[in-house]
Amino acid sequence: MLRLPEFTLHRPKSVRDAVAIMSEHGALARFVAGGTDLYPNMKRRVQQPMQVISLQNVSELHEVSGSPETGLDVGAMVTLRHLETDPVVAEHYPGVQHAAEVISTPLLRNMGTIGGNLLLDTRCNYYDQSFEWREGVNFCMKCDGDTCWVAPSSPRCWAVQSSDSVPLLAAMGVEVTLVGPEGERRIPLPQLYQDDGIDYTTKKHEELLTKVHLPAVGNWRATYKKLRRRDTFDFPVLGVGACLWFDGDLCEKAEIYIGGAGSWAMRAQEACELLEGKPLKDGEPATRELLEAAGLTAFKPTRTMDNTDHEVAWRKKMAPIFVRRALEECLRGEVATTR
Amino acid sequence: MAGTDQDSTPDQPDPLLSGPAECGKHHHDADSAELRVIGKAWRKIDARSRATGQTKYADDLSLPRMLHMKLLRSTVAHANIKSIDTSKAEAMDGVIAVSTGAELPHTFGILPVSQDEHALCPDKVRFIGDPVAAVAAVDEETAWEACRKIEVEYEKLDPVTSVFEAANSPENRIHDYGRGGNLHRQENLEFGDLKAGFDEADHVREDMFFFEGNTHLPMEEHATLAFSDPDGKLCVMSSTQTPHYLHKALAKVLQDHLPAHKIRVIACPNGGGFGGKSDPFNHEIAAAWLSMKTGRPVKVCLTREEVFYTHRGRHPVLMKSKMAVSKTGRIKSLDFESHLDGGSYGSYGTASTFYTGALQCVTYPVENYHFRGARWFTNKAPCGPKRGHGTPQPRFALECQLDKVAVDLGINPATLRKNNLTEAFSLTANWMRIGSMGLGECIDKVVEGSGFMEKWGNLPEGKGIGLACSSYLSGAGLPIYWNAMPHSGVQLKLDRSGLVTVFCGSTDIGQGSNSILAYIVAEVFGLEPQDLRVVTSDTDLTPVDLGSYSSRVTVMTGNAALQAAERARDAMVGPIAKKLEIPKNQVTFAGGRVFDSANPETGMSFADAVAIAEAKLGTIGTTGSYRPPRAAARYKGGGVGPSPSYSYTAVVVEVDVDPETGIYTVDKLWCAHDVGRALNPALVIGQVEGGLYMGLGEAMMEEMAYRGNRFGVHKIPSMLEYKQPTSMDMPEIVTYLVEDPDPNGPFGAKEAGQGPLNPVMPGVANAVYDAVGVRVDEVPVTPEKVFDAMQKKAKGKDGRYGPTKLPNIEWPDSRKVRTPWQGGTGYDIEREEQMKKEKEAAAASSNQEGNA
Repeated sequence: MLRLPEFTLHRPKSVRDAVAIMSEHGALARFVAGGTDLYPNMKRRVQQPMQVISLQNVSELHEVSGSPETGLDVGAMVTLRHLETDPVVAEHYPGVQHAAEVISTPLLRNMGTIGGNLLLDTRCNYYDQSFEWREGVNFCMKCDGDTCWVAPSSPRCWAVQSSDSVPLLAAMGVEVTLVGPEGERRIPLPQLYQDDGIDYTTKKHEELLTKVHLPAVGNWRATYKKLRRRDTFDFPVLGVGACLWFDGDLCEKAEIYIGGAGSWAMRAQEACELLEGKPLKDGEPATRELLEAAGLTAFKPTRTMDNTDHEVAWRKKMAPIFVRRALEECLRGEVATTR
Repeated sequence: MAGTDQDSTPDQPDPLLSGPAECGKHHHDADSAELRVIGKAWRKIDARSRATGQTKYADDLSLPRMLHMKLLRSTVAHANIKSIDTSKAEAMDGVIAVSTGAELPHTFGILPVSQDEHALCPDKVRFIGDPVAAVAAVDEETAWEACRKIEVEYEKLDPVTSVFEAANSPENRIHDYGRGGNLHRQENLEFGDLKAGFDEADHVREDMFFFEGNTHLPMEEHATLAFSDPDGKLCVMSSTQTPHYLHKALAKVLQDHLPAHKIRVIACPNGGGFGGKSDPFNHEIAAAWLSMKTGRPVKVCLTREEVFYTHRGRHPVLMKSKMAVSKTGRIKSLDFESHLDGGSYGSYGTASTFYTGALQCVTYPVENYHFRGARWFTNKAPCGPKRGHGTPQPRFALECQLDKVAVDLGINPATLRKNNLTEAFSLTANWMRIGSMGLGECIDKVVEGSGFMEKWGNLPEGKGIGLACSSYLSGAGLPIYWNAMPHSGVQLKLDRSGLVTVFCGSTDIGQGSNSILAYIVAEVFGLEPQDLRVVTSDTDLTPVDLGSYSSRVTVMTGNAALQAAERARDAMVGPIAKKLEIPKNQVTFAGGRVFDSANPETGMSFADAVAIAEAKLGTIGTTGSYRPPRAAARYKGGGVGPSPSYSYTAVVVEVDVDPETGIYTVDKLWCAHDVGRALNPALVIGQVEGGLYMGLGEAMMEEMAYRGNRFGVHKIPSMLEYKQPTSMDMPEIVTYLVEDPDPNGPFGAKEAGQGPLNPVMPGVANAVYDAVGVRVDEVPVTPEKVFDAMQKKAKGKDGRYGPTKLPNIEWPDSRKVRTPWQGGTGYDIEREEQMKKEKEAAAASSNQEGNA
């Protein structure tokens, strides 16, 4: 890894100014929130913006407003550390608290933000490498090259969705606000993404993600289960976000998103359908069978490849288990009781 | 107590020692009760400087007009260099000089038998990362940009990325020396009567094992600053563990420009070494050369990625072990074969090869022993010595196999080991001379502490406990290059101010070797360690010590320091006795004073004593030196393995395995280490725990992985993706020090730096077996492998994950050696017979002369 290349740092104080600077410089500019993703990428020369627009001084982005009863609006610059330690989040959104606390290390969570995590660059063992390393494979499709080295005959890039917050927040029905030169729009989180390792987001380049809208607490329970080598540090190589809505024992609605297993967090449509309208009781064999079946079905759309840590075959086999465990946690209302 | 810190005095127990550490029976015997410094948890003499950030590491150094160097490294794994065009780089603003391999034609390498490296590759590159050109520029960025402008035309050759590929493509040679094809070394040694052992045995089993390569990961990346004195002498300051060997390599490569005595090497304090800084390196030589070429200081600091390429870490080793045992588990015969994936250069590889066979017989007696070892060249970063050097791999195999034997025989694994220990002060089948031997006590400690006897085989599904043992040498018996000189030298200067200065060529890599010198000399003079000055690792100022490798430093520099100090003390005794008008044997050095033991008030300060002696004797300076005792192993190949003494270690590991996923955690570790005597128990425990930490990383996750199908790139040369445990991943550790003083060690000390790592990997694998009943015969023991083995077991197959084949090669005839109990001499049979004939011929000729 090299030192940072030269760039101009802008420090606007308002969303409007930030968007204006971005509009002025276009493709050569990047927003930076905590910098824990962008700066290492710049040191590897996989991203080389000439203009970097820091959001650190945009005070409105650091705010949390609303309430668990009406829904919590979290500014994009709120740190992961804040979500991890905030008592309101811990009490009413334990899944969010857990998803935040399993991201990277305390030092990085002090800098990293929820907005930054939602827009985390996709990752790949062929991409997250220094310039010299990438020279050795004549570069890859995502940066400076033509070939996707994890699937050389592929016409597309298979870099991996690696944000821990995305699968959970997508399952919870979180919405986000984007502000661009033409005004602002509010969209469900899944609509922010698309299935491509390079163009992984639908956000327009000039748009700034400003707010994350957590839903009001209600008859739902959500959790996040993460697979990684070290429970103290690593990016997910599989991340399951699950949310179940209950009417008594009846599962009214289910949402399951699987991350770390393709270029976007994939909705497990069939698995959700399998659960919806069914009675779910913890400890009952029929429920256990149903959750296992949901796990096996949920795993179908995933596209696990050899471009992250851990072996592909094993990662594939872990998906049904992790989905089942996530659903069990939702059922019990106990977050992170198992790995 | 003037001049010392309250918290470092022995009267104040060190907080480090108030935990689980426990010392053995010898700690409180009459001898040690008289010792004031030895055996106490004194602060390291450089602790304050290190802890407050005042220690100057190589990259902290800066000089006026200093240039920065970057290396252009090969982006192809195997190729001939057709041409190099540096003109565009040289034309850049800020670029002062560019060098290529043609300027430095002389080869180097750590071992005399493998001088196969160039500072810059002149005509061929052998792995991705091999340096091709060096640029000195006004700043790092300019040097890096200039490297991008150097045009290298390669004629690509097929990369060889595994021992199987190496064996199968002998025509695609990486080097033009060795044992043919890509075989670097091939050894075949046989001790005793293998067949007899197998015939007599009650049980025989054969297993294969694989130990993946891994790297040292020191916190400090390698850095070097080179400059010339005003009178043209070259000075190289570097993060090296072996300044003497670097000095020799510089003298060889720069022989056309400078004589050896005009080269000065200073080893900077190392920010961790672990064996990764014990070769002379291309970046050190290139920086030296560019400083000579430009007449300006030149500094280089490697990036983390470059440290992965510099490597010299653990060899990946494929092993097959066939063990024959009696009903009680006594090893009748052991037939062991190892294949080392050496990477692209020789490095210490010849020694590494022998080390995969040298210490098998040191823990448990092996009646008959056969070792075959092969080292292969491949187009990967060169392997070399990492903490445990060549012995963790066979130790993993041996301890896992013994665990299987214990299960086969229905004997508890701890009992089996306890009943089959080598004897203290004995010779092994391969002629290693055992000194003190505390393994039995080590096993007792960890078994008792962990409740192993009750837990093993009795924990609930998913929970498991495993035991493993090991031994390690306290310094290599032979130097890297053949010579009859001491391995370690110490000079002492006693000043009339009362200052004692210790000069020694040893290098402190964080293990505390500078402090050890101070402790020993302070003990002899009755001073406090902080009052001494220690000057080390400067080839201009200090006598040669071979370096911080092979766990040699405490034993060898300690003995040299002890000799020098005792000589000075003995010299002082005469003048002092005369001055005090007392018999010489009443002169006592203690508490910063020299006095009459019969009448302690009669005496003087140490400074006054030095002044009296200096007036009488002239300047007080002494030397001490150390050479290991002559080895019992005299056969060819017996140079690797002999040591002044061997340390012993036992560990117990407790794991928690998720039977559904294979994911496991290590919940607790117990370790007992026989260190002979702990000169400073806090430092010894630090070494033990550091070794356990490093061992856990190897056991659970570390892999020097390459992509053979992607041009041979290193898969993950970064500290994020090359996985090692963080401090937060560490389980609870209970450490016991067992002190069984060895006659060859200073105050009985043996090594602590490397040994404790060795049993961790088999301990983890054995614990996983106890937890879920499957064998992972590979390091690292990853969840994938545990899962795979559990699935096989569930399907009714052999619950095992591990290798199933070795490269199929022909072996030369073995060198046969009779064991001590066969009446051998330590020489091989062929040599014995030759010597016998020579003797007979000599006798016959003298008879003839007598007759004539």
